[in-house]
Amino acid sequence: MALLSVREETMRFGGLFANQSISFDVQEGELLAVIGPNGAGKTTLFNVISGFFPPTSGSIHFDGEDITGKSSHDVASAGLVRTYQLVQLFKQLTVAENVEIGSHRVTRGGVFSALFRPEWMREQEKSVAQGARDLLRFVGLEHQADMMADTLPYGRQRLLEVARALAAKPRLLLLDEPAAGLNTQETDALAEVITRIHGTGTTVILIEHDMSLVMKIAQRIVVLDFGKKIAEGTPDEIKAHPDVIAAYLGGTEMADA
Amino acid sequence: MTSHVTTSIEPSGIRWQSILPIVAVLALAGLGLVSSDYIVTVLGFAFIYAIFCTGLNFFMGYTGQASFGQSAFAAIGGYGSAILCTDYGWEPLLALLATMVLSGIAAVLVGYPTLRLRGHYLAMATFALGLIVYEITIEWTALTQGYMGYSGIPPLGIAGFALDTLKHQLVALVVLSLIGVGIAARLRQSRFGRALASIAGSESAAQALGVDIARYKLIAFVIAALYASAAGSLFAHFVGFISPEIYGTTMVIQSFAMLYLGGIGTMWGPMIGAIIVSILPEALRGLKEMQDIAYTAVLIFILIFAPRGLAGLSVLFRRAHGRVQEKA
Ligand SMILES: Nc1ncnc2c1ncn2[C@@H]1O[C@H](COP(=O)(O)OP(=O)(O)OP(=O)(O)O)[C@@H](O)[C@H]1O
Ligand SMILES: [Mg+2]
Repeated sequence: MALLSVREETMRFGGLFANQSISFDVQEGELLAVIGPNGAGKTTLFNVISGFFPPTSGSIHFDGEDITGKSSHDVASAGLVRTYQLVQLFKQLTVAENVEIGSHRVTRGGVFSALFRPEWMREQEKSVAQGARDLLRFVGLEHQADMMADTLPYGRQRLLEVARALAAKPRLLLLDEPAAGLNTQETDALAEVITRIHGTGTTVILIEHDMSLVMKIAQRIVVLDFGKKIAEGTPDEIKAHPDVIAAYLGGTEMADA
Repeated sequence: MTSHVTTSIEPSGIRWQSILPIVAVLALAGLGLVSSDYIVTVLGFAFIYAIFCTGLNFFMGYTGQASFGQSAFAAIGGYGSAILCTDYGWEPLLALLATMVLSGIAAVLVGYPTLRLRGHYLAMATFALGLIVYEITIEWTALTQGYMGYSGIPPLGIAGFALDTLKHQLVALVVLSLIGVGIAARLRQSRFGRALASIAGSESAAQALGVDIARYKLIAFVIAALYASAAGSLFAHFVGFISPEIYGTTMVIQSFAMLYLGGIGTMWGPMIGAIIVSILPEALRGLKEMQDIAYTAVLIFILIFAPRGLAGLSVLFRRAHGRVQEKA
């Protein structure tokens, strides 16, 4: 059974079909890329999957359960965690605390445990702090742990957002253009991090414009254009797909990859 | 400051930063105890406001929401305690706790429907709440005695032992406000506190990590109401008299000045702000007609040179300190 299954999903904004009858499956452990020109509807697709807004029609199933129209925090609680195209950090908090917040979904406790600090709560706090340190090392930010998040250079902010999402121990991780605005070195470092995340068994869906990155790490690719799915297949199949080449203006971007 | 403690990198810095304010507060209180009753009264108000603002900081600072009606909960506390103790002979402490429960329920009733909505509905609803409760304190004379106010409210006491001098009461207020700050610090440095901070940082990011933002906003709102209610009750017992103006818009404006001046979202900011804003006019009293101008000038000066509030200045120290450590 597929971990995620999107069926006939349509999202309309007034007269505009941002997504039109999109269907695809993602298997457990897969690394799928979603590509398409600007305005193709990729972010909208993520917004619908992650419960940011309900689709106009169609359904989303996650791990066999219908999550269509559920609120985004419920979807996240189920283990489907996303990042944003425009970095959304908790700017006035430290880098470490950003990641600590990420563990919300996999920890417990409210006002009373915070006040009375039972044994399990103190243990949990320790493992949250330790887990955050480990994740910062994982993405190479261990030396910035005590900096305010907004003082990080942009490329590192993107890595922090990934680390924070990982703290939620997602079963399915949605990354919306994590390489946007990164230089070549940073993109390589990011590709390495994504490959390692995938290597630990996390299922990943990646929206990305950087074709060389996509072709290098994706196992399968879904192509959107004007809100419709125009192709789906392995990187090699997609590179040779005539509709895809046409969508990418004569295929210059594709040929470069 | 608060976040600093959780990252546990400089243990010496943590101790320095949490002990210094406590020492300063105790020194100030000690100074008050050897001064005139007038100064004791001013300090008493400062610590009552410190409790009020520490609560408000949960909602406006940690969680990043706006409330213009927190005075309503202080009124519930104040009038509740006045009525229960004066007319029904309740123990002050019991009345304080009972009115806190009442305020908590009122906060849920106002907050539950409004906090689910995006935008400024909550700010508007809290504003309306403040006005409605103010009107009630004036118009429902059978309950509140209207403009006449309530007098003869007994002083705070514990188990039959009344704190009948102002100085005893000041000690109680200092202890209670420190407990209030301690509770706030504990709550902030936890999964719960981090969830609140995530909402202030970015609601969409918080939701994407599984934080039920409506629920946490409501809890923060209720906690703020509990603190406000306690502050309202304490005021009634400390002064022995209350009237509608005490819990009016002035209280809201005053508390905003304290929060921003002291450092909104920080652990000690509300207390620092409450003390400075309360004491400053008294300290400037000697300037006579220049007093208002000097007062405003000092406030503006602080906001220009410490835009994140006075408690925010400790960040400067920490940053400089951190840089030295990095080099070493
Ligand atoms: N909330 C919204 N309200 C109205 N229109 C929207 C909304 N979100 C997206 N759109 C529109 O839907 C279309 C698809 O946008 P979307 O952001 O999903 O594209 P994208 O593939 O992510 O593009 P990019 O590569 O530039 O990020 C665009 O025309 C956009 O203007
Ligand atoms: Mg997009």
